[in-house]
Amino acid sequence: MAFTPIGKKYHDFQVVRDKDACINCQVCVRQCSYGVHTFDENRKCVVHDNSKCIGCHRCEALCPTDALLIQEKASDFKANACWRPEFIKYIYKQAETGGVLLTGMGSPVNIPVYWDRLLLDASQVTNPSIDPLREPMELTTFIGAKPDALAFEQTPDGPKLATKIGPQLRLKSPIMFSAMSFGSINFNLHIAMARAATELGIFYNTGEGGLHPSLYKYGANTIVQVASGRFGVHRDYLNAGGGIEIKVGQGAKPGIGGHLPGEKINAKVSETRMVPLGSDAISPAPHHDIYSIEDLLQLIFALKEASQYRVPVGVKIAAVHNVAAIASGIVRAGADYVAIDGMRGGTGAAPGMIRDNVGIPIELALAAVDQRLRDEGIRGQASVIAAGGIRCSADVVKAIALGADAVYIGTAALLAVGCTLCARCYTGKCPWGIATNDPSLAKRQNPDKAAKQMANLIRAWSHEIEEMLGGMGLNSIESLRGNRDKLRAVGLSQTELDILGVRHAGA
Amino acid sequence: MKKVYPNKEVCIGCHLCEVACLTAHSKSRDVVIAYKQEKDALGLSPCKTVVHAGPACVALSCRHCEEPACVAACISGALTKNRETGRTEYDEGKCVGCWSCLMACPFGSIRRHPIKEKIVKCDLCAGRDIPACVEACPNWALVYEERGEK
Repeated sequence: MAFTPIGKKYHDFQVVRDKDACINCQVCVRQCSYGVHTFDENRKCVVHDNSKCIGCHRCEALCPTDALLIQEKASDFKANACWRPEFIKYIYKQAETGGVLLTGMGSPVNIPVYWDRLLLDASQVTNPSIDPLREPMELTTFIGAKPDALAFEQTPDGPKLATKIGPQLRLKSPIMFSAMSFGSINFNLHIAMARAATELGIFYNTGEGGLHPSLYKYGANTIVQVASGRFGVHRDYLNAGGGIEIKVGQGAKPGIGGHLPGEKINAKVSETRMVPLGSDAISPAPHHDIYSIEDLLQLIFALKEASQYRVPVGVKIAAVHNVAAIASGIVRAGADYVAIDGMRGGTGAAPGMIRDNVGIPIELALAAVDQRLRDEGIRGQASVIAAGGIRCSADVVKAIALGADAVYIGTAALLAVGCTLCARCYTGKCPWGIATNDPSLAKRQNPDKAAKQMANLIRAWSHEIEEMLGGMGLNSIESLRGNRDKLRAVGLSQTELDILGVRHAGA
Repeated sequence: MKKVYPNKEVCIGCHLCEVACLTAHSKSRDVVIAYKQEKDALGLSPCKTVVHAGPACVALSCRHCEEPACVAACISGALTKNRETGRTEYDEGKCVGCWSCLMACPFGSIRRHPIKEKIVKCDLCAGRDIPACVEACPNWALVYEERGEK
């Protein structure tokens, strides 16, 4: 502290240690990967350096005597509505380093969360509600192109479906684990996601880091991603999963690529990504073979050819200003689903300025895309997946009522295994063993425990979704899809209501 | 019999098992009193030892062997094998502090008592349904189960 540069003195957190309760067991010393806690041989007790604390709460969670409290540092700059403390601290940091400010996870900025302004309907008197514990309730969802009409033919055995239906992802619940690459998060969590998705009958997405051959056995519940870096993409990979996704954009950082630092490229990541050990894995901002919808069409059909048209091929984009027109182009290019990632979507690393200022909220993007595809009569040609900021089962229900077929959850899945949103994923030192490939940290995620926690979360949400559906008198998630009459808004402007296609509460 | 099995793949080296063990074997059964008073005054120490080697770590304690070398080595009859429960039991009253068992144990799972001429050894938490270390492990790296061994 005596030798700490001034810039570092304006740190964000402070450790409060209850000296009466602290037993100097040093659990905190061993758990902190940022070196906040140390055992002081002179004082013969555990001491801490507040300036190093990132606020992950790992020590607080594991302290056996509840002796630790991590709180925001109380010291305030002089109140200023314009120059809020985060901007002042950004400038101090950049004046010292000259670098881009990196961050992780989803944007914490205070833009409206429209989920909180939308309310669900329920049945009263004139239409019966349904008790999902006593009556059938269907959450099964199919992702893929649907035919406009069904044709039947008469056979001696009775009528038979004549229409050929394209490949579909069959989900037992309309929730999937979002793309989080092996590399950005470690192998233990990939095992956990694969196992949880298989157990639940849903899908997880490999992200752009490839798929380790030892996980091919979970392929029936895996979406393999093809991103701009093409890491780990080869014939076997494309045929290993139940679906293929072309990643064009990510909600946390629309318009920019990715950069997995060489420190995170260990032997297994190197083998899976097909990049040299210890080298940076850089995903370009654009796909260098996609500069138009026609180019995208070529890639979609190249991937369909490569997988013999057995699996649906989708496209993931970030929610940006013209998202509806872009989605329309993607559907016309032959994508079987469009995944839209809103600006609150998470990331392993992104420049903070991009994360907090680029893109639009998923609620508005989703409503705009669903409406545009309906207006153009092509909504059935592709499914729509909403991602980026889905926090609870009610958000899932609202997303489906706004027009999504299913949702992706990433941040919520990581929270289920301990993440506290400290947003330092980019350092590779994640004390919760999530966004790190350091063997001593990665093993903090026991795949058995993590798989159970992730599966528990989806099960809990599915039960809640069934209850909400039943309350609305619906016995199938299909009956909710795009059913905006089940939504009412509070406190929104007419423009917002028009974009969401939702009436105001009371109207 | 049910035994405590460590899984080094997911042991995170936090030493909470030691904290739990020490507390479970304290007089007060209170973690703060156990550490702040009993540890120094009575020489209370855990039967569990977490050993580290680079990123690898594992929590070791008595494995309650089928043919325990410590029992064979014990000169005073303080260590005995209970053939009914399968546990390797320790009677402190009979222990003369010769440390023969420490030398004999192939797993280094017995430690000297810090003050008394006695030893400290896992008793699988007599009186508890699940040993304290297993209950306290935050990462399921210790399991208490039957694996078909005697």
